[in-house]
Amino acid sequence: MRGIKNFNIASLVVFAFVFSVSSAKADWLNFRGPQGSGYAENIANTPAELGEAQVAWKAPLPGRGLGSAIIVGEKVFVTAASGPDQNQLHILCFNAGDGAPMWERRFWATGRTMTNNKTCVAAPTPASDGERIYALYSSNDLICVDLNGNLKWMRGLTLDYPNASNSLGMASSLIISENTLIAQIENDSESFAAGFDLTDGTNKWKMDRPKAANWTSPTLLKIGDQEVVALQSSKGILGLLPATGSSVFNYEKGAATIPSGAAAGDKLYTPSNGLTAISATTDGSAPVELWNESAQRPGTASPIVIGENVYTINGAGVLSCADRQTGERLWRSRLTGPFSASPVAGANGLIYVVSETGVVQVIDPSSAEDKKVTSEYELSETILGTPSLSDGAIYVRSDKHLWKLGK
Amino acid sequence: MKRIRIFIAFSLLACISLSMNSVRGENATLNPLLTALKQVGPEGEGNAEAAVAWKALTKHGGEAIVPILEAMSGTGPLTRNWMRSAAEAIFARETQSESAVDAVALIEFFNDREHDMKARDLAYDLLNRADTDEAASLIPAMLDDPSPVLRRLAVAQLIAQGESELKDGKIDASLATLNNALSAARDIKQIDEIAKLLRKDLEQTIDLPKHFGFLSHWHLIAPFDNTERKGFDTAYPPEKEINFETAYDGKGSKKVKWQEYATADDYGMVDFNTPFSPLKEVIGYAYTEYNSEEARDVEIRLGCKNAWKIWLNGELVFGRDEYHRGARIDQYILPVKLKKGKNTLLVKACQNEQEQTWTVEWQFQLRLCDSTGTAILATDRKPTPKPEVKTRRRGAEKESEEKAKE
Repeated sequence: MRGIKNFNIASLVVFAFVFSVSSAKADWLNFRGPQGSGYAENIANTPAELGEAQVAWKAPLPGRGLGSAIIVGEKVFVTAASGPDQNQLHILCFNAGDGAPMWERRFWATGRTMTNNKTCVAAPTPASDGERIYALYSSNDLICVDLNGNLKWMRGLTLDYPNASNSLGMASSLIISENTLIAQIENDSESFAAGFDLTDGTNKWKMDRPKAANWTSPTLLKIGDQEVVALQSSKGILGLLPATGSSVFNYEKGAATIPSGAAAGDKLYTPSNGLTAISATTDGSAPVELWNESAQRPGTASPIVIGENVYTINGAGVLSCADRQTGERLWRSRLTGPFSASPVAGANGLIYVVSETGVVQVIDPSSAEDKKVTSEYELSETILGTPSLSDGAIYVRSDKHLWKLGK
Repeated sequence: MKRIRIFIAFSLLACISLSMNSVRGENATLNPLLTALKQVGPEGEGNAEAAVAWKALTKHGGEAIVPILEAMSGTGPLTRNWMRSAAEAIFARETQSESAVDAVALIEFFNDREHDMKARDLAYDLLNRADTDEAASLIPAMLDDPSPVLRRLAVAQLIAQGESELKDGKIDASLATLNNALSAARDIKQIDEIAKLLRKDLEQTIDLPKHFGFLSHWHLIAPFDNTERKGFDTAYPPEKEINFETAYDGKGSKKVKWQEYATADDYGMVDFNTPFSPLKEVIGYAYTEYNSEEARDVEIRLGCKNAWKIWLNGELVFGRDEYHRGARIDQYILPVKLKKGKNTLLVKACQNEQEQTWTVEWQFQLRLCDSTGTAILATDRKPTPKPEVKTRRRGAEKESEEKAKE
């Protein structure tokens, strides 16, 4: 009896541990998920078929937004901006199970809310460390709440740095590494990147960045045991230690200012002169350029690395698959475009893309070359935001709705 | 009637019986928390203490909402947001738990126009969430509200009414309604909408630059050099003296002098390309004088897609080195203090090297208004220039053909 009890307790401990780990693994904590690169090998059973039957729920949103949803446990978080000048900022929390609204926090924008009509104030995707939600807006308002909506801190970055804005709108998303929240506030004027303390929002470090508009988001490289944040700009890629902002590498051959790179370990597949693969170290030496393919230039959508292949979607909506070791193109497939959203994929390797016209497409890279798109579903709304994934589901948002597709 | 109305009656009774001691006790509990929220400052200062205070504050019941709104008075944008989210968190919890919201206190707060504009906006929003009908009944009285957000609601009703009257052929009534709407309107889209109806459907003359408070009369001088965008930080002669008689060395050693310029544009656009022809990598300056009836706070509101700097009475107000990312009316809002009498305004507009078709503009629009967007006009404001009558060739040809037929 005693032995059984011990076994049960041990089992429970193991179960709890496994459950907590798997639960944490299933989270989608920032723009393009793990490493900010679109591919989550630990997210399972994302749907192969999409249709009416796969719409788990559809929740109305109170304002515009193109930042992705993030998922922490059983909660889904998304931002929005409303009002004639988009100066009402929203953070919304939904129950992942049934889409029921759990709480909402609203704020007045403290910075400039002017944007190009295509984009909007809630363009950046929030980030989470699993305990708190960090929301950034084009107005440079940076807000932290806990998972229950308790306000933890606020920054008005345009109040602190008055020329940090872009009249077309800011869109770079946040990423977290080594207890530091990293943001690229890059523009033609007061351009900077900063690392913020997760607990109170104070600056851990702040550095000047090239004075040029930039809508790319940071990605995370894993070089040995060290995480390195890669900041992309028109000048190239700067590798930094997340906690200090200390530079560890600098790739100086320029890069795109709209699509971001895709990281895989210590390799970065970056939209630079087409697509360029680089290998970085932390010893201060220049990154090694592995290959460059000018023909694989991404359009607005960022590339994605899955297994041994790297995928890009060009401005004409053509998906290219290349060998990530050599850059050699393996196949191409025309999708239903155009695209602002970037592709994402889970453990099963199925790629999800959503066109601006709201067509969600499932791509099975293992299918025959003329049948790569294995399922399509029309949401019938303009979609500019990148999808997010959790076990068994894909989340898509428009200016008006948040969908959960799957289970 | 809805729950909120019922609660109004109970609230009145409760208010009468409420002892002053309990009010004082409540405020004593809230004040240190509100004070902590007021301590937040630049670069995250005071955030940690504010988070603790926020959590304690949101544990209070609905009776804390109005004191929170009252505390917004005189605070900065960050503090207002801390307070707003606390008030809304309490409101959400109270309404979810079917606790009634003290509508009487909210309405009383809302009706006092001396309170903080944003706080009143929030009070109205909360009322609207609690009882849409009750909130809607307040809208007609908002036509002269100091809050642009609230005023917009009342103007929207008048626009709808004016359109309806127009549709029914009630021309005089429509004219009166839309003129009333225009007088009240501060929202740019609403002003546009009303002006279109008045001009197109009712054949009225509208002085939009005066309504907005755009400055239409300037002196301009250009071009100075902005090769490699270096002119932004170069202090050319107009930054050192204003002398309309002197000729200065401009770009390429060309002599340049001040010249008078007046814009008839509805939105006060000052276009350097008109007198100086489209140029690249150049700097232009615009100068005007503004006579103020009194020393007062105003907002300089600027729209400009070029890099720019502005000086008021010789003091640099602000500058921004962004080129061709877009422009709109009131793109930049710069709070300043005017002197009584003559004030001088100098604008530096920089054109860069870009050659795309969307980078031709070298222009700005500037108006002076109060924080609600109400135009503040100079005591010596000149009449708005009349637009030039443009005779289109095709139109002229058609007219002569018609005459020939006669």
